[in-house]
Amino acid sequence: MIILVSLLVLLMLCAAIAALVFRDLLAAVIASCVVSLLASILFYFLHAPDVAMAEASIGAALVTAIFVIALGRTRRYEE
Amino acid sequence: MRIFLSLVVLAVIAVGIGKTLMEIPFGEDTTNVGGYYIQSGRDDTGAANIVTSVVVGYRAFDTLGEVTVLFVAAVGLGAVLAVGSASGRRRDVEPASLVLYTGCRFLFPLILLFGAYIFIHGHLTPGGGFQGGAIVASAFLLVYLGCRGRRIRHGWSKATESLGGLVFVGLGLLGLTAAGHFFLSNYLPKGTVNHLFSAGIIPIIYVAIGFKVGAELAGVIDDLVEESE
Repeated sequence: MIILVSLLVLLMLCAAIAALVFRDLLAAVIASCVVSLLASILFYFLHAPDVAMAEASIGAALVTAIFVIALGRTRRYEE
Repeated sequence: MRIFLSLVVLAVIAVGIGKTLMEIPFGEDTTNVGGYYIQSGRDDTGAANIVTSVVVGYRAFDTLGEVTVLFVAAVGLGAVLAVGSASGRRRDVEPASLVLYTGCRFLFPLILLFGAYIFIHGHLTPGGGFQGGAIVASAFLLVYLGCRGRRIRHGWSKATESLGGLVFVGLGLLGLTAAGHFFLSNYLPKGTVNHLFSAGIIPIIYVAIGFKVGAELAGVIDDLVEESE
């Protein structure tokens, strides 16, 4: 259990750092989506299925879609 | 100089956060209210899901505030985007391939069904109005992405949203008329725990919230997609 949780937290940290580092903003948005998805898995393993469901549907799906739509209106690459 | 100043500010914030975190006894139950909810939430509200018994039972008034915040945010976004797009032009978008189109049309009712299941069973299984509403909205998002050119009718989404809010507030106000009850108190018969028709007004309120949140988030997506085309 503790190994699983630490692995998930480590992966979340990697994805969060990747979201900061990427110059391609679409890749950064996908990386932040991965953070949300891993957070929802973490919530599920910590016995909070209600929060996991909200995180997966809002954090991973809707917020990512809104960011991608916003990227379509602006530039894709950071200068 | 600037670096020095920012270092000082950073140190002050770090010391403040550190001091505060040292004072908090992690892992200990410092209030009694959580224990009370776990002990008697099931008997008080009749909901098998304790999170629901707190969200729509004990703290229903807070949930009304939450729903109001979401409503104001959706209306504000619509107003901001409406100011930007005065032209109302519509470019012709490239139609999606047949496989994508058919797949989206096949998945759309299934996702709607799943969202409806989540908010109808909010008092029995994990989830509830907010989660179910978000899943319903993601079904509309799939249609916007896959079957381009299809739109929800604005009148219907606005009407659903208003009806959800009215049912929520109206049920709460009905509670005032019954003797010995307060705003949003659970005055309907609680029934047998773990049955679909149980927990009094909680399932009705969650269905109303599910429709309201689904219509609101679908409207937000609709505003954004329309703006970006």
